[in-house]
Amino acid sequence: MTTQPAVLAVEAAVATQSVAPVVAPAPRRRPRLAWLVRIASVVAAIGLWQVLTANHVRLWLRFDTLPTVTEIVTAFGHRLGTQDYWLDLGQSLIRILTGFAIAAVAGVLTGILLGRSESFANVFGPLTELTRPIPAIAIVPVAILLFPTDEAGIVFITFLAAYFPIMVSTRHAARALPTIWEDSVRTLGGSGWDVLVRVVLPGILPGVFGGLSVGIGVAWICVISAEMISGRLGVGYRTWQAYTVLAYPEVFVGIITIGVLGFATSAAVELIGRRVTRWLPRGEEKTR
Amino acid sequence: MSAVGMALELHDLVLSYGGPPVVDGLDLSVRPGEILVLTGPSGCGKSTVLRALAGLLRPDSGRIEADGEPVVTTSRDRAMVFQDNALLPWRTVRSNVELALKLAGRPRAGRQDDALRWIADVGLTGFEDYLPKSLSGGMRQRVQLARGLAGAPRAVMMDEPFGALDTQTRTSMQRLLIQTWRAHPTTVVFVTHDVDEALLIGDRIAVLGRAGQPLRALLDVPSPREPSVVRSALRAEIISALDHSELVS
Repeated sequence: MTTQPAVLAVEAAVATQSVAPVVAPAPRRRPRLAWLVRIASVVAAIGLWQVLTANHVRLWLRFDTLPTVTEIVTAFGHRLGTQDYWLDLGQSLIRILTGFAIAAVAGVLTGILLGRSESFANVFGPLTELTRPIPAIAIVPVAILLFPTDEAGIVFITFLAAYFPIMVSTRHAARALPTIWEDSVRTLGGSGWDVLVRVVLPGILPGVFGGLSVGIGVAWICVISAEMISGRLGVGYRTWQAYTVLAYPEVFVGIITIGVLGFATSAAVELIGRRVTRWLPRGEEKTR
Repeated sequence: MSAVGMALELHDLVLSYGGPPVVDGLDLSVRPGEILVLTGPSGCGKSTVLRALAGLLRPDSGRIEADGEPVVTTSRDRAMVFQDNALLPWRTVRSNVELALKLAGRPRAGRQDDALRWIADVGLTGFEDYLPKSLSGGMRQRVQLARGLAGAPRAVMMDEPFGALDTQTRTSMQRLLIQTWRAHPTTVVFVTHDVDEALLIGDRIAVLGRAGQPLRALLDVPSPREPSVVRSALRAEIISALDHSELVS
């Protein structure tokens, strides 16, 4: 107890010392140095992995069972040359994009209706609130039973996973929309349709894109899991398949592929989102 | 242009937002083509009356008539200019004005030229492609003025349109308003709590009482919008009416 204030004081002193000189433009002055540090950090982590696995280190965690960096790189190079790899990749992309696209359309439509129509919210709202807490992946058995093909089942799971974050964000955005925009369009002679198309749809875009960003993330989680459980092709299926035949470097090839795909799709959503919401006031911009 | 401005009539009007009435039993008629200023203490319901006139708020009881027709909803004939942030932020200056022209039913062909002319009329040439976020408050209100009048509405409700501006900008906006209104005559109902603004632009000035109380005063402004006329007596009268409504509560 008695030492605590002293510790805090020391921490505070250290904090002010290290922060004070960096206050204004310091991080911008040395972008090259910052990048060197970032790259070095990643290289160090990869190096550590190589050291741990190549020397069969066993410190409770059993690194001797895992492939080395060189083994993974070799396997990756080999896999990239096979047709299977690209088929799997294409299959997974088709599944996620189909499921995600359906979820985006359905999520935005029902989100607007839930946010703006009381009668629709009364009929449909309780159903969404009851089903929302169930993780999409828990529905896999139902999807297998319900859909005639595994393919449709996997797309359905992906759809379900992405649907809820999109719907919830859209609903919230539709409810939080400032009424003054609607009022101004109506007093200019706009109809209900004009309000929907010219105020609601553009106005909720920032919120919708928040939902799309979350949605694409959970969609990947679910498409990979569903493929591991019931797929015949796909990155998730191949990764699990590699594990069952003890091809551990290939497992890592799959994991890295999933990471790259996830990053690329999220970045695409983010980029499109920024482009269509350029009108938002942003911190760095000055107003006249 | 057909008849200059529309007549607006309020009969025994009761308005509320679900609770106790904000406006109770108001009778008021707005003459075609005049600028009627509504003023009163804050919370007296002047903006509420304006919303009802625009058709954005349904009366609890009583009648609102526009040229003898009951007002049931919004119409392109009764436009509204808000205090701030009413421009669609994802549309440029030009696009905001063009939307008003489109909603007013103008054919696509002339819309762009009309919009540019309106932008020039409010002194914003060169800012056509700016988004509202890159404009100052005064410039945004210029756009709102253009947008509100571009559809040639027969009445315009103005809800403290210059209330958020600094004194200097406000003075130039008042001049611009009068100038634009002379070029495009229409009925204007103008809400403000600034007595000098009321005296400067109004044909008549209505002083509302506290929430739920009757009209305190309805005063004619002799030779309106004539800057040389001294209006200290009228000013005193309005201020006493305002004070009176202040004290009664």
